[in-house]
Amino acid sequence: MTTAFDANQVQPPKPWYRRGDVLTVLIAFALGYAFLLFGVDESTRFRTRLNPDPDLTFDWMYFWHMVPLMWRGLLATVKATVYGFTIAIFLGLVFALLRRSKLRPVSWPTAFVIEFIRSTPILVQLYFLHALIRTWDWYSPATITILAIGLGIHYATYCSEAYRAGINSVDKGQWEASTALNLGPVSKWTKVILPQAIPNVLPALGNYLVAAMKDAPLGIAVNATGILFFANAIRGGDFRAVEPYMLMGVGFLIASLPAAWLVRRLERKITYERT
Amino acid sequence: MSAPDTTPYTGTNGNGAAGVRMRGVNKAFGTNTVLRELDLDVDPGERVVIIGPSGSGKTTILRVIMTLERPDSGTIEVGGRQLYHQPAGDGLKPASEKHIRSVRSDIGMVFQHFNLFPHMTALENIMLAPVKVHGQSKEEARTNAFELLDKVGLAHAANQTPGQLSGGQKQRVAIARSLATKPKIMLFDEVTSALDPELVGEVLNVLRDIAEEGKTTMMLVTHEMGFAREVADRLVMFDHGQVLESGPPADVLDNPREARTQEFLGAVREH
Repeated sequence: MTTAFDANQVQPPKPWYRRGDVLTVLIAFALGYAFLLFGVDESTRFRTRLNPDPDLTFDWMYFWHMVPLMWRGLLATVKATVYGFTIAIFLGLVFALLRRSKLRPVSWPTAFVIEFIRSTPILVQLYFLHALIRTWDWYSPATITILAIGLGIHYATYCSEAYRAGINSVDKGQWEASTALNLGPVSKWTKVILPQAIPNVLPALGNYLVAAMKDAPLGIAVNATGILFFANAIRGGDFRAVEPYMLMGVGFLIASLPAAWLVRRLERKITYERT
Repeated sequence: MSAPDTTPYTGTNGNGAAGVRMRGVNKAFGTNTVLRELDLDVDPGERVVIIGPSGSGKTTILRVIMTLERPDSGTIEVGGRQLYHQPAGDGLKPASEKHIRSVRSDIGMVFQHFNLFPHMTALENIMLAPVKVHGQSKEEARTNAFELLDKVGLAHAANQTPGQLSGGQKQRVAIARSLATKPKIMLFDEVTSALDPELVGEVLNVLRDIAEEGKTTMMLVTHEMGFAREVADRLVMFDHGQVLESGPPADVLDNPREARTQEFLGAVREH
């Protein structure tokens, strides 16, 4: 042996799917999804068991008493958001790639669809989707599923714009190196371009996730349960509005503060890794 | 002068190196013509250094061979195969992407700005194309990658990412990455121009080793005249999209025939 190295001496790095920090996050995600899928009560029955103070003054007892009901509504809203956003993340990438296609019969209709969905209100889209799906006899999803699909399609168009910006931010030299190494389109995208584009896109995606959650109460238009449904049901049942709507605000705060914190952390971490 | 002195053989030589034959190649960016009816021949195994003033189109020559830019017209043959054309009846028709990919697998290129993949280690950078394009097993590719890293003196840096390497080290990894696919012709585009002066030597040493092995044809665009004199079989002076003069480096550098060449060499030497 004349060579100065030993192939076993330098350990190759662990593959990403065996790294502890990645695994922890993946398992947490899987558990979260499982909980949302099986643990969330989608019933639309929100009834209080305590009569509020008849003087119409703010009743703290009544307020605290409704917390579990609010929590049930919040979880349903979060479920619709998370499932909808899961659709948006993948569909958005598909939109972004189709829009980049060199074939004009592919890229132009995609651009039109994206522009169309982006420039019409999600509330109208939800009404339309609801009506459309009700005309099909082969598919009759729960209302919360319709909400998730509606959110997914709407936010997919926003995500696709974020992906587009992220893909454009990858240095031109990376594309040229891929060509020089004769990489095929699949390797080029999965090994070179997307691994560099997606970290740049994550903060924008995080912001859209928070925005999607704030749009999720629009599910009321398709009778989907959720935190707004809870507040409306209480108002209808007990003729009290201040306490449930205030509680709804608290619920949104509980959900969006950690999300916003995570997005900021992500942004900091990415700028740190770039320098 | 455009007619070559010898009749070149553009197939491959005994070592597997491939020649290049460019005929009537035109390339313009908007109204700016960078290649003008260019005829250029490179023999298999030849080491050609291309010099010329900035903006003369010398980098574009390499880029059209690497298919990073498509020429507006003309033909390019690499290793005896048409790069942008396929035989059709008696003549030629524009090549399919598949055909271009097949010819392109003989070509390797090293860039001025390295263009390493920043999210991969040096080793992964080198292993990517052999595994994904040339169907090597990971073990085989890893062993080869270590050998190449050792050859460029960076076996210890196998698991470092480009961000942890100096400019000279990055360029040496980039050269190793390009060598990993065993190209029959290698294009070097101002590979030392982005480096600090004290790091240029280590990269030139690697280039010397590749030149000595003689397994591949080399086309280099560089401003390192001393290196060109030492390594090149032929020096090509390029200006305004055409070959101004070409010949053994000593001839061109010491007795340039064209006034533009004298002017250019004078300007380069003043530094």
